[in-house]
Amino acid sequence: MYPFSFTKVSDTREALNAGRHGGRYIAGGTTLVDLMRETVERPETLVDITGLPLREVTVAERGGLRIGALVRMAEAAAHPKVRTLYPVISQALELSASAQLRNMATIGGNIMQRTRCTYFRDLTAACNKREPGSGCAAREGVNRTHAILGTSDACVATHPSDVAVAFAALEASVHLLGPDGERTVPFADFLLRPGSTPNREQALRQGELITAVEIPALPRPLKSGYLKVRDRQSYEFALTSAAVALHVRGGVIREAKVAAGGVGTVPWKLPGVEQHLLGERPSQSLWAEAAKQAADGARPLDHNRFKVELLQRTVERQLRIVGGTK
Amino acid sequence: MSPQPQSAVGAPLSRVDGRLKVTGKATYAAEHDIEGVVHAVIVDSAIGRGRITGIDTRAALAQPGVIKVISHLNSPKLAYRGNPETYDPPGNKQLRVFQDDKVLFRGQPVAVVVATTLEVAQHAAELVKVRYDAEQSSTDMASAPAGEPVTYARGDADKAFASAAVQVDATYQQARAHHNAMEPHATIARWDGDKLTLWDKTQWPIGIQKDVAAQFGIPIDSVRIIAPFVGGSFGNAMRAWPHIATTALAARETGRPVKLVLSRRQLYFGVGYRPSYEYRVRLGSDRRGRVSAMVQHLKAETSSYENFTEGVLHAGQMVYKAPHVRQDYRTVPLDVNTPVWMRGPGFATASFALESAMDELAHELGIDPIELRRRNEPEEDPSNQLPFSTRRLRECYTVGAREFGWHRRNPRPRSTRDGDWLIGTGMAVGTYDVLRSGAQARVRLNADGTALIQSATSDMGPGTYTSQSQVAADALGLTMRNVTFQLGDSTMPTAPPHGGSQTMINVGSAVQDGCDKVRLQAIKLAVEDKDSPLYGADADDIVVRAGRLHRSNDPARGETYRQLLARNNRTHLEVLGSWTPSESRHSMYTYGAIFAEVAVDARLGLVRVRRMLGVFDAGRIISPKLADSQALGGMVGGIGAALLEHTATDHRDGRIVNADLANYLVPVNADIPDLRGIFLDGGEDLKADPIGVKGLGEIVYIGVAPAIANAVFNATGRRVRELPITVEAML
Repeated sequence: MYPFSFTKVSDTREALNAGRHGGRYIAGGTTLVDLMRETVERPETLVDITGLPLREVTVAERGGLRIGALVRMAEAAAHPKVRTLYPVISQALELSASAQLRNMATIGGNIMQRTRCTYFRDLTAACNKREPGSGCAAREGVNRTHAILGTSDACVATHPSDVAVAFAALEASVHLLGPDGERTVPFADFLLRPGSTPNREQALRQGELITAVEIPALPRPLKSGYLKVRDRQSYEFALTSAAVALHVRGGVIREAKVAAGGVGTVPWKLPGVEQHLLGERPSQSLWAEAAKQAADGARPLDHNRFKVELLQRTVERQLRIVGGTK
Repeated sequence: MSPQPQSAVGAPLSRVDGRLKVTGKATYAAEHDIEGVVHAVIVDSAIGRGRITGIDTRAALAQPGVIKVISHLNSPKLAYRGNPETYDPPGNKQLRVFQDDKVLFRGQPVAVVVATTLEVAQHAAELVKVRYDAEQSSTDMASAPAGEPVTYARGDADKAFASAAVQVDATYQQARAHHNAMEPHATIARWDGDKLTLWDKTQWPIGIQKDVAAQFGIPIDSVRIIAPFVGGSFGNAMRAWPHIATTALAARETGRPVKLVLSRRQLYFGVGYRPSYEYRVRLGSDRRGRVSAMVQHLKAETSSYENFTEGVLHAGQMVYKAPHVRQDYRTVPLDVNTPVWMRGPGFATASFALESAMDELAHELGIDPIELRRRNEPEEDPSNQLPFSTRRLRECYTVGAREFGWHRRNPRPRSTRDGDWLIGTGMAVGTYDVLRSGAQARVRLNADGTALIQSATSDMGPGTYTSQSQVAADALGLTMRNVTFQLGDSTMPTAPPHGGSQTMINVGSAVQDGCDKVRLQAIKLAVEDKDSPLYGADADDIVVRAGRLHRSNDPARGETYRQLLARNNRTHLEVLGSWTPSESRHSMYTYGAIFAEVAVDARLGLVRVRRMLGVFDAGRIISPKLADSQALGGMVGGIGAALLEHTATDHRDGRIVNADLANYLVPVNADIPDLRGIFLDGGEDLKADPIGVKGLGEIVYIGVAPAIANAVFNATGRRVRELPITVEAML
């Protein structure tokens, strides 16, 4: 680990001031400290923001939910409003990491977490994300767990978060506070595809702070849930996952929100699947037909070709679980 | 002599050291508090093969607190004498730390940084800049040439196979696997003049003592190894891996006690692993399932500098009575570090291939898998015509089938469904050697009626402290609380490696011997002592119970050890117990039958074990609670081997890409269902050793993976011939 300085701030003004001077924000630290130990991250200054008043879950205007950036994963998963209004969020959180990590890690930190690509984490490997221009060892390397969607020549690493998949499905937005004031960024625009600059992962400006993630109101009744497919039953990142939310009225699907995880360089919204569902009546064949679009545009690598088929099956299964098979 | 009453042996006792462990008071290798200790961190090679052309240590040395950086550029030459008693592969070609500029594999130690704190040592190690002249490394067994084979043959297997009515010909692959014990390998070294003390994680204090003495060219008794607790090991701590010499060297060069703990990442190349295997099996059978021919070709990886082989051939020679058997076993030298034994070494590997092939044959013939095995059960060891000491495999089948509910099984694949899950059951056989090598144990009965027993063995987790205490308690006629067993110090009486399920066989027999002798000494003292109530009694008629000697048929007449020793002015009685096995005229193995039920979500490729039963013929069971823990642990390990464990190498440069516990998958609690182990009653095997045990730490693991694979076939109709069974293999 490289030496660093550590300061704790007690209000947002102080935080922004430290951030403007190059300080790196740290909350639960469950990703950042790991990466610092591996020397993948070498921040000179850490700014502990856990004292900031960003720990509330509130019902927002028009019935959406606003989850403060410093709400712990465990707190968010257990929150009665989250559980009843958006089971997909609770489930995604509870299928993540371990109980200990969920007690430490925050929502803001969760969506900021960096890829689990082992080449990214191995200092001796070429990695454009860690060291721009050095190349990508994963493309031709051991890439079973890597992305099939949203990849570029420069990077094929997945975004590892589960709850971010739920956020993407639900079309959440990210509230930011920076030196120039507040702004709100749609979730789809917040996490960046790698393109030729995989080192740039979020649409954050220097010193900006995530204050909350907001889930928009959706018509009720809304059924939702998260399915995570992985080699072992717990404590592993997704091979594939699917976040699904459906609003069915009069026997017809009126709203469909679907996204996939474990397959994309960012949480992968599936508009093709959603379009296929809208206006249709739930049925097994509808789920199967809709899920066929799930891997559209996939560019598999040597060891992750199975993800193309697995993704479609994962989406189909989760559509059935959430939407039933009438 | 009168047989001692058995009250501790056979009782389901909890671990005598359990409290120490759960309160954090058990000191593992890195936890010994050694005054003035400084910290060492190894710099690993970043290339897979080649030469070191330069090492820039300036930035590292500039860090406050850094004491020294040692590499081949400034290291003294070490003796690296041969040690004929070592567990190293023959030839004394072990990796020699910092002796030249050659890089033989990725991760090889190329330098070590010593500093006053761990943090400074770690950071300084990051700052050491090594320049290399890299060559293309070869790490893929599939594309590298194999060496000369080790062979075995009886009958004419090729001819018998060619003419067999039914043939199975299949090749099974098993991935490289790492032990991944919870405790990392760690060593603290301190020199006092020319005497070296090592606090080390080891399963074999005596072996490491001799290895290190040979490495440094010093007398054996100049080295002392201390290892009272080992946090899991599974076979990986019986050699003096390079980090041990590195630590001792660093201590000598700095004149300070040095502690070195391998990082989790370093455990993937700093110590050994179970090699990957390719195992082709050809079975020839008649239509009634009598196997006539078994042709077996094995290929395993090894390092370029040492030829590691293990006992992978025995099982294929003696589990079934096939008259015609041929085997060849080749190793493939690669630019990797040397493999080593891992739980159930050799036999577990063989079991996956042989038991899968037998299941394929059973399916082909339409014969129940258990029935097929019964039809091939030998009456004597077909590899050497020796009688079996004990072989109760038929009983394992009977008990297992009954307890598992085997009769409810539908043999037709893909015939049982539960929602999205296909359900299947399977079984497999395991066997493992009975390793008899002898041991010694010092037994001291104190005047206060307590006893201290010492042997230089180890306890990597099975519960040696407890089970040896049980043997000693009954043999001495003491309660458990008055018996203390100590281990893990090379100054204690010699013991073989604590591995291969041999500790109870050898150390237990030596403890029994020493305790018997001490008890008999005490009895002799009493019956010859005019002041003893037992004066003149027949020594053969005296038993000791709870520290009191009395005639077996007259408990009222007697006295305690305390009374006896006090009256005779004896501070203690002491004996060096020992056991040396006689030459064997029997074939000795442990046996097991494993039964598994799995659920497979065929659409999503998920395999989940639902329940598992193991029935074992392991001889006499000294400590049933510990044995049960072993059975559970063995099955958990087997689930890992079947479904998860796989060390992945990037063959472009020899990099292990999943060198951490987030990416090298072992089962978590959620993966472990209802597991049950049954040890057959009345299993005493006195042909094996005086206490009738056969060892059990390996047999509980062997056969688990093929039982699961066979169950997957029954569930899905898909035969997976490669471990671990992955999601993609099931799609």
